[in-house]
Amino acid sequence: MTETTPLWEVFIRARNGLNHKHAGSLHAADAELALQAARDVYTRRGEGQSIWVVRSSDIVASDPQDKDMMFEPTATKIYRHPTFYEIPDEVGNM
Amino acid sequence: MYSQGLIGADGRTDEDEAFLAAFQERIDAEMKIEPNDPMPEGYRKTLVRQISQHAHSEVIGMQPEGNWITRAPTLRRKAALLAKVQDEGGHGLYLYSAAETLGVSREEMTDQLLSGAAKYSSIFNYPTLTWGDIGAIGWLVDGAAIMNQIPLCRCSFGPYARAMIRVCKEESFHQRQGYEIMMTLARGSDEQKAMAQDALDRYWWPSLMMFGPSEGSSVHSSQSMAWKIKRFTNDELRDKFINATVPQAEYLGLTVPDPDLKWNEERQSYDHGEIDWDEFWRVVKGDGPCNRERLRNRTRVHEEGAWVREAALAHAEKRRERAEAAKIAAE
Repeated sequence: MTETTPLWEVFIRARNGLNHKHAGSLHAADAELALQAARDVYTRRGEGQSIWVVRSSDIVASDPQDKDMMFEPTATKIYRHPTFYEIPDEVGNM
Repeated sequence: MYSQGLIGADGRTDEDEAFLAAFQERIDAEMKIEPNDPMPEGYRKTLVRQISQHAHSEVIGMQPEGNWITRAPTLRRKAALLAKVQDEGGHGLYLYSAAETLGVSREEMTDQLLSGAAKYSSIFNYPTLTWGDIGAIGWLVDGAAIMNQIPLCRCSFGPYARAMIRVCKEESFHQRQGYEIMMTLARGSDEQKAMAQDALDRYWWPSLMMFGPSEGSSVHSSQSMAWKIKRFTNDELRDKFINATVPQAEYLGLTVPDPDLKWNEERQSYDHGEIDWDEFWRVVKGDGPCNRERLRNRTRVHEEGAWVREAALAHAEKRRERAEAAKIAAE
């Protein structure tokens, strides 16, 4: 029997106040084992205060082929940035 | 350790020139390649080969050091060695994950290791005969690995580069604990000093072989350099390692077992004696002192652990079914 063990993505919060950040992935049969393995594989030196594990198959990702369609339009919308607007120096910091 | 993973790597690729040129442009602009990005098949194959063999090296590398955990001379040494061996296992897991992003499964990689189709670093086919060898491995073998792995942190393939950054952070503890063992032995009794020298004598040349043979004008190597999978030639890395290590040996009062070792003022680098590449190829091809033992152990552990993997999956399935049944009953 060579049933494959599911893949999980591991997210770690280094300390309270920070986001959980993707640390890597691992194989585990269920959520409990995934959490334990994540602790052993990714937090051997105090890297984390909190761990999320998510089944990789549950992640929906954008297609890199669609990168231009998805993200390119924002490049032309420079009026979304504060530097687009000219405010005289006399007004001070804004 | 690990440029050995590129030996025999076949970077041949069938894409048209426009595709390859566009890819090369991204590489030259130092843009990272991520798993779902378009990439030449040769790039993908070369990386799968290198990353998986790197992972195998970490996992097999647990054996020579694991051999001394129960016989470490003090509790402090034992705790450190245990942590180091656990790190090596962890490094293997980071690397397997990085390789899997390229579409190869963990099971395939394990099969390739156990069948002998995939190699691992030649160095782990040497035995650890004394406690001094644990010092020499940390100092020399991990030192050589660091030389190889630091440039890999800038590898063009994102997941490999990220895994290497984690590995390098941890590897520095490994080298320091090894050097500390050597230092303690070198300052000890005559017998202890002799043990340190003997370990250096046996591990020096195999450590130099870890960088792989001179490439000369190897086509595979220049392709890997152009794709920024590797950044330095084997000889460049070997020289860096020797230049860094010789003064460390002098500090210990130990003698590097190479009568031809000499500082070359012009190159600002040490010249070294001839490396026995026949020995290297013998070890790579399976006839090193411990090749069979290493694979036999790995196979045994894999087989003996099968029931654990199966039971964990069966348990997960049972829990899932029960949760489902409870949900239906509640509706």
